[in-house]
Amino acid sequence: MSEAVSALNKAGFDGLARVEECGLQGMITLRGDLDTRAVKSAVKAAVGVAVPGVNQVTLAGETGACWMSPDELLLLCGHADAVQTVAGLSEALAKSHHLAVNVSDARAVFRVSGPFAREVLAKLCPVDLSPGAFEPGMIRRTRMAQVPAAIWMDGADTFRVVCFRSVADYVFGILKAAADADAAVGVF
Amino acid sequence: MLILPCPYCGVDADETELTPGGEAHLTRHGPGSSDAELHDYLFARENPRGVHFERWRHSHGCGKWFHAARSTDTLEVFGTYPAQTTEPPKEICDKITGERPGWSWRIFG
Ligand SMILES: [Zn+2]
Repeated sequence: MSEAVSALNKAGFDGLARVEECGLQGMITLRGDLDTRAVKSAVKAAVGVAVPGVNQVTLAGETGACWMSPDELLLLCGHADAVQTVAGLSEALAKSHHLAVNVSDARAVFRVSGPFAREVLAKLCPVDLSPGAFEPGMIRRTRMAQVPAAIWMDGADTFRVVCFRSVADYVFGILKAAADADAAVGVF
Repeated sequence: MLILPCPYCGVDADETELTPGGEAHLTRHGPGSSDAELHDYLFARENPRGVHFERWRHSHGCGKWFHAARSTDTLEVFGTYPAQTTEPPKEICDKITGERPGWSWRIFG
């Protein structure tokens, strides 16, 4: 078994905000009817949290569930646990129409932190990221410049960004440009 | 810039987050249809100045297809509604009538 490596192997950058690739993160796409008891209890058993409401995340440390669409969640777990967690979901939902796939190595995760983190992301996404409009507990799927991304907040000044692994270098590049030390706008 | 509220996730989606899907409420014609019906299904489209009904996909968001009623001249959005319907909801038609009395679009209005 070869050693798993994340897209940019925890590359980091310090500017207006700290930008870092988070390293290995277990990620599972789960599609199904999110209102059913079967899905709710399967999610609870898999990652220990409740099914999040629309545009919300329920996080418990490194595990959690992110609302992606009316019939899709992104479940977060330890990278080494993903295969087993998918097996558990498939077994629990054997009688329900569903899809559970380990996408850990098809995605990249970044953390953007610091007082200018909101501004750095607001430069790249067509989203109202002002305080009050976007807060911890919420998730937004959107685009960052030319590529799809999902963003949520882990704390007052900390965002997490998930994108496709194939565009990880592009996303790191635009985050670095938006976080350039000379690029402060001070809009928030 | 066009901003459409997605009826599935509730997000006010910027045009750059959306993919246009052309005219709404087309009746599909295939095997068994006349040549004229197939021709119109494939090629005949409304091109109004004013009230228009379109399909859009929240492609950089929740991924769902939905419908939008809007004005092509003012970019006013009368409303958006889910894709699982063959006609615009009454409240949206009523709203358009309030603002544009006498409007019509294909068989609606
Ligand atoms: Zn949406």
